[in-house]
Amino acid sequence: MLEIIIHGRGGQGAVTTAELIAIASINKGKCAQAFPSFGPERRGAPVVAFSRIDDNKIHLRSKVYEPNVVLVLDPSLLSIIDPAKGLKEGGTVLINTGKSPDEIKKMYNLKTKVATVDANHIAMSEFGRPIVNTTMLGALLKITGILSFDDIKDPVMARFGSKLGAKNMNALQRAFDDVKVAG
Amino acid sequence: MGMDKYNVFAAALVEKAEYFAPGHRACQGCAEALAVRLVMKALGRDTIVAMSTGCMEIVSSPLPTTSWNVPWIHVAFENSSAVISGCAVGMKALMRKGRVEKRDINFVAMGGDGATADIGMGQLSGMMERGHKAIYVCYDNEAYMNTGIQRSSSTPWGASTTTSPAGSESIGQNTNKKNMPQIAVAHDIPYVATACSSYPFDLMEKVKKATTINGASYIHVLSVCPTGWRIPFDESIKYGRLAVNSGVFPLYEVVNGKYRMTHKPEKFLPITAYMKGQGRFRHLKDTDIERIQQKVLDDYNKILKRCEE
Amino acid sequence: MATVRKGIEVSIALAEAVGQANVDVIAAYPITPQTHIVEHLAEMVADGHLDAEFVPVESEHSAMSVCCGSSAVGARTFTSTSSQGLALMAEIFYIASSLRLPIVMALANRSLSGPLSIWNDHTDTMMVRDSGWVQVFVENGQEAYDHMFWAFRVAEHPDVLYPTAVNLDGFILTHMIEPIIFEDNETIKKYLPDLKMKNVLHPDNPVSMGCFAMPEIYTETQMAREQGLVKSYPQAVKAWDEWYELTGRRYHPIETYRADDAEYCVVTMGSYGEAAMEVVDMLREKGEKVGVVKIRLWRPFPFEDFYKAIEGKKHLIVLDRAISFGGPGGPVATEIRSALYNRKNAPAIVNYVLGLAGRDVTPGDFIKILHEGKEKALKGDTAGYTLYGVRE
Repeated sequence: MLEIIIHGRGGQGAVTTAELIAIASINKGKCAQAFPSFGPERRGAPVVAFSRIDDNKIHLRSKVYEPNVVLVLDPSLLSIIDPAKGLKEGGTVLINTGKSPDEIKKMYNLKTKVATVDANHIAMSEFGRPIVNTTMLGALLKITGILSFDDIKDPVMARFGSKLGAKNMNALQRAFDDVKVAG
Repeated sequence: MGMDKYNVFAAALVEKAEYFAPGHRACQGCAEALAVRLVMKALGRDTIVAMSTGCMEIVSSPLPTTSWNVPWIHVAFENSSAVISGCAVGMKALMRKGRVEKRDINFVAMGGDGATADIGMGQLSGMMERGHKAIYVCYDNEAYMNTGIQRSSSTPWGASTTTSPAGSESIGQNTNKKNMPQIAVAHDIPYVATACSSYPFDLMEKVKKATTINGASYIHVLSVCPTGWRIPFDESIKYGRLAVNSGVFPLYEVVNGKYRMTHKPEKFLPITAYMKGQGRFRHLKDTDIERIQQKVLDDYNKILKRCEE
Repeated sequence: MATVRKGIEVSIALAEAVGQANVDVIAAYPITPQTHIVEHLAEMVADGHLDAEFVPVESEHSAMSVCCGSSAVGARTFTSTSSQGLALMAEIFYIASSLRLPIVMALANRSLSGPLSIWNDHTDTMMVRDSGWVQVFVENGQEAYDHMFWAFRVAEHPDVLYPTAVNLDGFILTHMIEPIIFEDNETIKKYLPDLKMKNVLHPDNPVSMGCFAMPEIYTETQMAREQGLVKSYPQAVKAWDEWYELTGRRYHPIETYRADDAEYCVVTMGSYGEAAMEVVDMLREKGEKVGVVKIRLWRPFPFEDFYKAIEGKKHLIVLDRAISFGGPGGPVATEIRSALYNRKNAPAIVNYVLGLAGRDVTPGDFIKILHEGKEKALKGDTAGYTLYGVRE
């Protein structure tokens, strides 16, 4: 089973990211879950969403405590969370930042695998707004290989419609190409 | 079919059938039971009634008997307006989907003043605001008579009830009567009227009118309660007339916001003519009655002014 | 017949099921975590996908009152609520069953105030345990979807005519996206015929509903209610059996998992059942003879099924999601203790109250409870209950 935690801020689309991962996985015949850390979240406040993917039916419904991957949609969250908390052996922390993985590792004293991509930059040039949820998905696809571009395309297009969906797919592709990893 | 069709409502036109059948257990001289009977005659057989808990519900439906010759439902005290909303939308859906034959049915909720002005006011507001094609009839006897004459927000200032008793430190009810018809008018519904069972044709005409309205209607019926008002049981009709002719309870209607006084007293009686003889007001001093007289005139003139606009 | 497997939020799937059931009237008031269910129904009506009346009432009390009215004229009627909403409508909730109105409710379980909390447990539903509704619990999204049809089918059966509540854990299920298999409308039509009630409010056949009862007759009315609700049991089972024939998905009043040879079992209700299965798998791998007993049908309580399920078990660890303040234990454990009292070879009962108002319960917590509970049972320490995980 692959477990993912997504940290973001209200309005950034953390829940949408989890949803798209789950729906794409389910569409290809896998079992998957997506759910928010339920609460009275407001725009701008820290938000956590979770996703699980497995070949078999998933029975667990508690939050994810030992993720394989952690996505951080907003780098400012790094000063209030420990993104590597509970991370499984060999797991990756994927961060939206213009900084390199090595710089981030040093800044926050992270011992785990770290990947970075400047999703803000990509999103701004694609949509003119820093909505990074699909962009970060591109990076996730690259570092995990759990889903192909074709897998994610349908749910992205269904969610955003043909025009905006195409832009999202562009952003996704750019993040896939740009993401950098340091072990 | 225009509303004006019913403007001449004569004895010969009154429905002979009884939809609120005799044999119920209301007190002697109950003007509320009379009002229900007249309302039902005006509504006719194609009517569904939802009734709030209260005197009329209790006296008409002790298992395994019923006084109702129309389909009738009682659920609780405060919710006849919501229940009738449900009946109306349910029937609308069933007729639209072809599962019940199309037909004009009157959807009518009824409750006392406690059910209407107190515990069920939010739900009545909901029914009026949503604009169901339904009629709400409030039978106002000015206190919780069913439970033993406790005050409601519809009890007039100065009346002694079991929970607003007159005493050395108390005038009795120390708040003014809540003006439900005006609250209904504020909902911008197409038809609001006041009526009294002492004026049966006026009452039935208003009910008939309400059945033609495409939207929510509210009819507020003053229903004299000889038990609670402490008057002789054979004087209910008289006290209803006194209430109207002294201006305590003006008979008017508001059609799409337009006011009309439907009965103008030939001779405007002083308030004492109405209050005298009612046990609930017996303790009042002349100065108290003067205060009431002034308020009655002010309120009456407000309505009159709106009728002239 | 075609089915479609979709990744979808459980609330949306549930609302789609209500639509497929060709509901006539929906009356509801928004409350977290029920909102997505009624929002989606409102949307279906607004978009013309569902031919129904959606009544956006001004309170939950009115929601249930409107439901009574629409059901009384013979319209298929649905509502959904949670927590304080259920508390506000509780008065009418009871009356709906006395009027024998086949209303269906999705009850998105949530804690009761105070303090105010929007998160999941079972304190709301326990408040209406004795209301005379058919009450069922589901464990996952598929079950939530399936049980909408089952609920209408059972509620509307002429031998039943009782309102039916489908309990699903708020957030844990309502806000979960997971795979759900959708049946086609043809299958649903076959399973769920149009509602036909003998006694409805209609001018052609005037009936009086909701009359008042003097002491001379009230007891008899209650006997009739009790007998009627008990009679819903065979229809509930039959409706599950027929659903199985149509869809291949099978449900029972009491369900077990690896319980046959188990020495002890954990007893659950709602979505904890699946987590318990996961934990039981882990413990079985270590050689522990443990199983799960899951209560699906809560009212009418399936005593015989329960006795069969726990036959030969040494002890039961009963998990409750609600407290009975000052009482003998959680409501489920109290019920089970009462059901087993004076029965020969009855298992010892250890009761834990846990997961109140969304407090997360992990597999580690389950394992701890199972082991600790077993120890307690062996020591004979079975009185009362333990409120699990209280921070000192």
